[in-house]
Amino acid sequence: MSQKHIHVTVDRLKRIAHIPEKAKRPADDGTCPRCETHYRGEEMVRNARVCTACGHHFPITARARLDHLADREEWRELWTELRASDPLQFVDLEPYPQRARKAETSTGLGEAVVVAELEIKGQPCVAAIMDFTFMGGSMGSVVGEKIARACERAIELGVPLVTVTSSGGARMQEGVLALMQMAKTVVAFEEMNDARLPVIVVLAHPTTGGVWASFAALGDVTYAEPGALIAFSGPRVIEQTTREKLPPDFGLAESQLHNGQIDDVVDRREMPDRVGKVLRIMHRPGLEPAAAFPFQLTQAGGDVVGKMAHGVAQTVTQLPKKIADKMSRGEARDAEESE
Amino acid sequence: MKSAGGRFVRRIADRLQGAPEETSSSWDAVQTARHQDRPYPLDYISRLCTEFEELHGDRAFGDDPAIVCGVGRYHDEPVAFIGEQKGRDTQERTFRNFGMPSPEGYRKALRVMALAEKLDIPLVTLIDTPGAFPGAGAEQRGQGGAIARSIAAMVRIAVPTVAVIVGEGSSGGALAIGVADRVLMFSGSTYSVISPEGGAAILWRDAGKARLAAGAFRPTAATCYRFGIVDAVIPEPKGGAQRDHDEAARLLDQYLQRQFKELRALPNADRLRQRRERFRRLGAHREFAIGDPAAVASGRVDFATGGAQESPKQISGDPAQNGR
Repeated sequence: MSQKHIHVTVDRLKRIAHIPEKAKRPADDGTCPRCETHYRGEEMVRNARVCTACGHHFPITARARLDHLADREEWRELWTELRASDPLQFVDLEPYPQRARKAETSTGLGEAVVVAELEIKGQPCVAAIMDFTFMGGSMGSVVGEKIARACERAIELGVPLVTVTSSGGARMQEGVLALMQMAKTVVAFEEMNDARLPVIVVLAHPTTGGVWASFAALGDVTYAEPGALIAFSGPRVIEQTTREKLPPDFGLAESQLHNGQIDDVVDRREMPDRVGKVLRIMHRPGLEPAAAFPFQLTQAGGDVVGKMAHGVAQTVTQLPKKIADKMSRGEARDAEESE
Repeated sequence: MKSAGGRFVRRIADRLQGAPEETSSSWDAVQTARHQDRPYPLDYISRLCTEFEELHGDRAFGDDPAIVCGVGRYHDEPVAFIGEQKGRDTQERTFRNFGMPSPEGYRKALRVMALAEKLDIPLVTLIDTPGAFPGAGAEQRGQGGAIARSIAAMVRIAVPTVAVIVGEGSSGGALAIGVADRVLMFSGSTYSVISPEGGAAILWRDAGKARLAAGAFRPTAATCYRFGIVDAVIPEPKGGAQRDHDEAARLLDQYLQRQFKELRALPNADRLRQRRERFRRLGAHREFAIGDPAAVASGRVDFATGGAQESPKQISGDPAQNGR
């Protein structure tokens, strides 16, 4: 039973068939909290859950976002069968398994991230979309695993990765293992760098904590939705620990653009076009993987503070094909030594 | 082997390999890890190295005293050090911002990592922080990105690296310099996703429930070893590292030497690949058979038991499965 060959629509039908009644509705009606305009469900879907009057961005589920991003609303979800386990037998106000099960029933999702193959404006890519409604989009072992697999899948297919983040940070119920997911996702992103495939990160409201301090900050191109909170420590944490009075625009996408932390603030309705455009401009299919990617240290502003090639990257072109291949598999130094 | 002799031998063997003895409770561990007399990175460095030169500044904005960096002579070899330094008295604590690094600190660390790579000298990081500094200024200067880039550089750096948790290792602030070929941990130290107070404030909505949170997070060396997060647990002198800095440094030296010997024996490419694989593997999840409707169904699977559908495949923290 290989999931690989199931047609898109079949997969989606199967998925929809098991989603509880509440989650099946395309979108709830909503009243804009900013300008109090009322919208019906189908209007919300049409506008990608953005208020047409004032531009307020309502929260959106991962699958609705995929529908919006994907050409012809076609996408194939991967690894729906991954579920959290409870390594610490964690109990806070309720046991972790119970919490996770509740989240599953209320959202119809297996975990806080949905990974899918799709095309965005004709550009094939792998997308990892986080969903804040599933336990605050927190990153536990499954989210880490799915992000890592998404990168590996993108490398296998030779396509870019597009990820939309919306997360409160690491999932505390998994303790220190959740912390390790930060390392795991960064490792996967480094593999993307070695494969020389573009990574587009879209920061949705909110992207904080361990997610912002790991893969979310490592995109080649980083966009954010208007009004999204982007911070390592949220305003509540800062006010509680340091009693610092924060400006009203603290951590908002617009101020992070000013701080030089992101490339642009992009309206959700324009996101497919923008992502498609940048992918179209950047992507070079069939680019040879880097032999030894130079250890390049860039700071937040993007200035190179230290750049070191090992003398390996430059020599690749002059070497026989066999060795160049070997080098591209990460055996650069050995190959050099053995010659 | 059930005989007393067998147990004794196993205990000695465990101790040599750094398997922890499960003795202290989570809250005790938190207290020990935060003890104000505990040796801090500079205390260890001064005992490990015959000579040490501290380096300052990130060359972009400022110098962060919460992170100390430099190069030292260790067993007649150059070694680069990065440590998170708390202060011992009130004045020093304020100066060092209670060991909570700012983005400048992580960028200074990046600088030293680049230096280590350039000169091909091994890197030792010493972790002791309640977390990265939460503040508007730090956010403005890119706290999240600084941590992320520090992790990425640690993944990539082409020299042998060893990270040691010497005190409190909390949140991304600790992990930023914690992605190494080998991760060691003192038996009295803690390693956790968040400080107990922070976790209590979020999960119990009451920072006063820190003790309860510590019990739930179980940030002890034993837990970390069981999950395969640390490779070895360094025993502490009787009563804790705070009682005898010299002895603690001697034990650290012993473990570091052993790790470096192993790491030096590995070809560079193998070591780098193993480092990535090590962190790629960490986590605990359940995976159902592909195409199993139970996986697609929401909340249909008994979570606690996993039900019959649960496949045996589980990536867990079992050290045996992690190849150690």
